[in-house]
Amino acid sequence: MINSGKSGNPTNQVLLEVRDLARDFDVSKPWLNRVIDGQPRTILKAVDGLSFAIKRGETLSLVGESGCGKSTIARVVCGLYAPSRGSVIFDGVDMAKASTQEQQQLRKRFQMIFQDPYASLNPRWRVGKIVAEPIIAHGIMTDPTQIKQRVDELLTQVGLSPLDQEKFPHEFSGGQRQRISIARALSSNPEFLVCDEPTSALDVSVQAQILNLMKDLQRQYGLTYLFISHNLAVVSHISDRVGVMYLGRLVEVADTKKIFNRPLHPYTQMLLSAIPDLKMTGKQRTPVAGEVPNPLNPPTGCTFHPRCPYANDRCKTESPKMLTAADGGAVACHAVEEKRIPIELVA
Amino acid sequence: MTTPLLEVKNLRIQFPTRRGLLTAVDDISFSIAPGEVLGVVGESGAGKSLTGAAIIRLLEPPGRIASGEIILNGRRIDNLPFEEMRKIRGREIGAIFQDPLTSLNPLYTIGKQITETILTHLPVSPEEAKKRAIDLLNEVGIPAAEKRIDHYPHQFSGGMRQRVVISLALAAEPKLIIADEPTTALDVSIQAQIITLLKKLCREHGTSVLLITHDMGVIAETADRVAVMYAGRIAEIGPVAEVIHKPKHPYTVGLMGAIPTLGVDVERLTQIDGSMPRLNAIPTGCAFNPRCTRTNEVGARCTSERPNLMPTGKTDAACWLYATSTAATKPTVSV
Repeated sequence: MINSGKSGNPTNQVLLEVRDLARDFDVSKPWLNRVIDGQPRTILKAVDGLSFAIKRGETLSLVGESGCGKSTIARVVCGLYAPSRGSVIFDGVDMAKASTQEQQQLRKRFQMIFQDPYASLNPRWRVGKIVAEPIIAHGIMTDPTQIKQRVDELLTQVGLSPLDQEKFPHEFSGGQRQRISIARALSSNPEFLVCDEPTSALDVSVQAQILNLMKDLQRQYGLTYLFISHNLAVVSHISDRVGVMYLGRLVEVADTKKIFNRPLHPYTQMLLSAIPDLKMTGKQRTPVAGEVPNPLNPPTGCTFHPRCPYANDRCKTESPKMLTAADGGAVACHAVEEKRIPIELVA
Repeated sequence: MTTPLLEVKNLRIQFPTRRGLLTAVDDISFSIAPGEVLGVVGESGAGKSLTGAAIIRLLEPPGRIASGEIILNGRRIDNLPFEEMRKIRGREIGAIFQDPLTSLNPLYTIGKQITETILTHLPVSPEEAKKRAIDLLNEVGIPAAEKRIDHYPHQFSGGMRQRVVISLALAAEPKLIIADEPTTALDVSIQAQIITLLKKLCREHGTSVLLITHDMGVIAETADRVAVMYAGRIAEIGPVAEVIHKPKHPYTVGLMGAIPTLGVDVERLTQIDGSMPRLNAIPTGCAFNPRCTRTNEVGARCTSERPNLMPTGKTDAACWLYATSTAATKPTVSV
């Protein structure tokens, strides 16, 4: 499976694979306080045993409420955090096992777009320098005139003017800044983009512009996206497949159409019925009960059982496994496995 | 028609700055009937929050009401002295803000904060006030209210804090609540709970609500009427179903198309090119004219003369497309 060195193999359907990925954070009090109070270390399991694969040219979205580990996943995939367990396999190469040189070669091929366009651009750098940074860092071009030309091209591509090279980030609006972030991400000709809530800081009309731009770029360059968002409507618009996360675990993965028309997991059903919609059909809502539990002390068994209308004793003790159905969708729920849930159609 | 609870007439909010006078809210008028929920939507900087802040007179200086009238229950309140206004805040107008953590005092228990509001506005004894506070907390769905009343804000989760804020806004039985992005800081599942609660309480108490939000979905679920704001002006106002399904103003049409909707498969979202003008560069005539796709149907009037709200059937839109002189020759817009 691991064919290191053969990067860019076009026969490889899966571009990114994540296997049993976990990331813990040590949120203990300082050592002395712990010793005095006689407390053990406190470990927050932000992501706990996540597996998924993204095919070339596909958009996989991860959705979930705050604190479910979406952004941690994005950062682990990009190498900003080291995984505590499990592996990230990019184009057949295990990132953890690759040599530094190999890693550098791979890094060129994926980039990240962040949520806050105000925080992700250096306020003291001119736009030209910001966009050129990956080109220089990866040694793709060295000739300054060539670089400038490439930056011109990139800026035009994302709907800005080449003249904007000389400006500073503060001279732009939120949407324009996100365009600069996208131009920067594209500058090393990546195949894979990790987008962590790229539109949540933007107004709807600007969000529509950015989503359209991202779709156009994907078509043009055959980009693969890992799209992280809490907005289900945005996710349904942009993705091919959707993964729903709850407390650091995936509870359901399926094709976008399927997950929105026939959600299987009770949590997915609850999320979908909670979105206020424009149709005003006055549809019956699944009663939304409770809140996300404290991730420091997650419930036993299935972590969703305290809020789940279908929970029984098995759910309280045994953690459900991800079961893949014939159509490629997967769901981790005892109730679905035992067919205890009446399948409802959310149209 | 019943007399409106709140009437805002020709409200204009200005900010004097070194570079000149900026008009953030420009000559807007609307009214809210008793028990009605009026939604105000718009993008950031459209002036929605300022409108809410002006009504309750919490505008941050140097912002000020430059002209216009605010009439609550037949009484003009925009020119009241500070002390008089203090009595109205909480008693007649309640407020719910976006961030529930910053709208509660972290140093006092929630019980103290609620009883303080009750004691300030209602002639009751401290014991009665405490009992009322517990009732209120029960009403907003806080479990074990008798115990929770002695807890501090940091001991509550975001959704629970927003419930406390709602109970605080309702404490003195105000006739009007100004809810400024009450669910923006919350997750969808919690948002649904809070919206349901707000709707239920307002129906039971007969409270009117001015609901300010950028989320059209929240408006669709909650409001009776909606005002769409753009660059400090009301672009369109009308019954919520009309505005959402048959928008008349080109900006509203664009805005509705820009919202991705579940179950509606579109390859591309409608996009309104450009962005909202800055306050120091609001175009003459209609503020939307540089981004509008239909200016060619009207002509020079869009760039020279500012449109006021004009009736277009069930909604009112500030657009020259609906001027009576042109209406005869122009076909109605179908969306």
